[in-house]
Amino acid sequence: MEKEGHSLSTVGGQHDIAGQWPIADPLVLGGKAFGSRFILGSGKFSLKDTAAVIENAGVEMVTLALRRANEGGEENILDFMPEGLTLLPNTSGARNAQEAVRIARLARELGCGDFVKVEVIHDSKYLMPDNHETVKATEALAGEGFVVLPYFYPDLIAARELARAGAAAVMPLGSPIGSNKGLLTKYFIEMLIEEIELPVIVDAGIGCPSQACEAMEIGVAAVMANTAIATAGDVALMARAFRLAVEAGRAAYLAGLGRVMERHGVASSPLTGFLSRDN
Amino acid sequence: MDNWEKVERVYSCVHLPIVRCHKGGSNIERRTSLQASMEYREGMEVISSDLLERVLALRDSYRPGEFTGADVERALARERLSVMDFGALLSVAAAPFLEQMAVRAQRERGRFFGNGVGLYTPLYIANYCENGCTYCGFSCRNRIRRGKLSPEEMEREMCSIAGTGLREILILTGESRKVSGPAYIGDAVRLARRFFTTIGLETYPVNVDEYRWFQECGADFVSVYQETYDVGCYERVHPEGAKRCFPYRFYAQERALLGGMRGVAFGVLLGLGEWREDAFAAGAHAFLVQRKFPRGEISFSFPRLRPFKQGTRDNRQLATDNGEDCFGNEGAGSFAGGVGERELLQAILAFRVFMPFAGIAISTRERAGFRDRVVGLAATKMSAGVKVGVGGHGIGAKGDEQFAISDPRSVEEIRAMIGEGGLQCVFRDYIRV
Repeated sequence: MEKEGHSLSTVGGQHDIAGQWPIADPLVLGGKAFGSRFILGSGKFSLKDTAAVIENAGVEMVTLALRRANEGGEENILDFMPEGLTLLPNTSGARNAQEAVRIARLARELGCGDFVKVEVIHDSKYLMPDNHETVKATEALAGEGFVVLPYFYPDLIAARELARAGAAAVMPLGSPIGSNKGLLTKYFIEMLIEEIELPVIVDAGIGCPSQACEAMEIGVAAVMANTAIATAGDVALMARAFRLAVEAGRAAYLAGLGRVMERHGVASSPLTGFLSRDN
Repeated sequence: MDNWEKVERVYSCVHLPIVRCHKGGSNIERRTSLQASMEYREGMEVISSDLLERVLALRDSYRPGEFTGADVERALARERLSVMDFGALLSVAAAPFLEQMAVRAQRERGRFFGNGVGLYTPLYIANYCENGCTYCGFSCRNRIRRGKLSPEEMEREMCSIAGTGLREILILTGESRKVSGPAYIGDAVRLARRFFTTIGLETYPVNVDEYRWFQECGADFVSVYQETYDVGCYERVHPEGAKRCFPYRFYAQERALLGGMRGVAFGVLLGLGEWREDAFAAGAHAFLVQRKFPRGEISFSFPRLRPFKQGTRDNRQLATDNGEDCFGNEGAGSFAGGVGERELLQAILAFRVFMPFAGIAISTRERAGFRDRVVGLAATKMSAGVKVGVGGHGIGAKGDEQFAISDPRSVEEIRAMIGEGGLQCVFRDYIRV
């Protein structure tokens, strides 16, 4: 359970940009603390680039599609993951809760650990998640001791169900997978940030670093991206750009955005200055 | 444009009435005089669906010669294309926009598939056929060497293929229920599960319960190509056999999905009928099936007519003599049905932009240089180490080939090419649970 505390301690540290990140600000998921608030998707770019992308992104958690893991076969993505990284296997390919549960169990058997990102999709066009089945899978997997991070459409009611079912965080989509449309669901994600006492991790649709920064500024706990990096001209450099954007957005959130960012302007002189204490 | 817009408006409704054709000699009118190919035969399951009427009506309404460059530009400017935008990209007017289409296609491909290229190979387990298709090397009228793999031979073939690193296989047969019946195919699928994670089938169409059984055996993807959506042409080129029944073949994808298959592939044999109209119909067909079965994974393949062994005749000569296609249509140029590489590329790009989420396989009927470029632009899958006869991987050839391939490269050679192009091979992208 993590809720951002604005605890501006000067102690300790997460990794830094230029050696000066003065706050202890870990992201805690399933009892594990992460210094990075950027999660990388490992699909869509060459395995040989994986190490460079991870290094430049500064990530500590990387998702992987179990269906791509070639155990005992050709190039296995697991062989390209640096030591010490937390793997977040996803259940892509699952069309219902039952399939998601079985894929998660397979991931655990393959040594991917207890973290799992639940994806239940049976819409081949927009790849929209099925919130109902996602809740069912989350409940089953949390009951088996998994640290469950469910990917879902940002619906407040579904988010409450996911929290009740034992999710370690909720992962709402910013816009459809691969669309690079950014925070189309921003208003609804803000509801989750307000109402759900779990980290909110924006998972899909983030198309450029500025969108990642925007998500962090409004208070999401972390951002995940894949397509935006994978389709960049220089994937490693774009990974670095995302890292910087996520850190900038987080710092802005913790600093508290200035009043000019409020919806309505604030007059430099008090509007009620005409009032007299004597009357 | 009025007719198209009308069709499009009607088309966008949830409940689509049949759109009556506007031109003479249309599919719908012709069907009244072409009852033979529209009749189901005994044992063929009839499902409740109106997609045939809707697809044929759309095809009838499509006028590939009447679009303008502005229509093409408008289509390319849209984020999501309508069916008629797709028609614009397939039109004559789109030919000068190939480069713009390629740019858009490449972007869509990257968004949905990254730089991955799925690799697979076909395995022909039998080439007996009861159909007399005039364009096909397996036609029962052709005096070719017929063969059928025994379970032991299948295992040797599969073992040999798996040894190249491939984890996806497409099992094919000729269309003979008598010689290569559903039980034989099911057994092949069960055997394939031991070696492969993804198993596709390209066999004669079957009923829902048979597709369900194939799925339970381990197959999840079904390819059925309509060949042409021109009912008149279809009837001419399918003079005999079960394949002559147009609607039974048309509804194969829906039956496969009803039977629990995960994905279905569509395609036409470009050059049989008017290619723009056929490609348009295939896209409309897939679009409607996907809307009806949102979970269904859609993919396409774009075979062109290729030469094959047919006694003393060669269908390429039929296609090229006097600049006519094999049905006497003038102006076919030097390619069957007038489908040169530019036209083929136009079709592939149009499909990629129209359905960016769909898989596209690029055939070994095409030369290596063409395949190598298309796979980065629009296609997402390619076959490697291909044999189109029965056997030839782990055992000697037992039967003649269906058509001539133009890209005989091995898995290793394809793999090297993909890596050099900045792409990556995907051997496994599926988990069966």
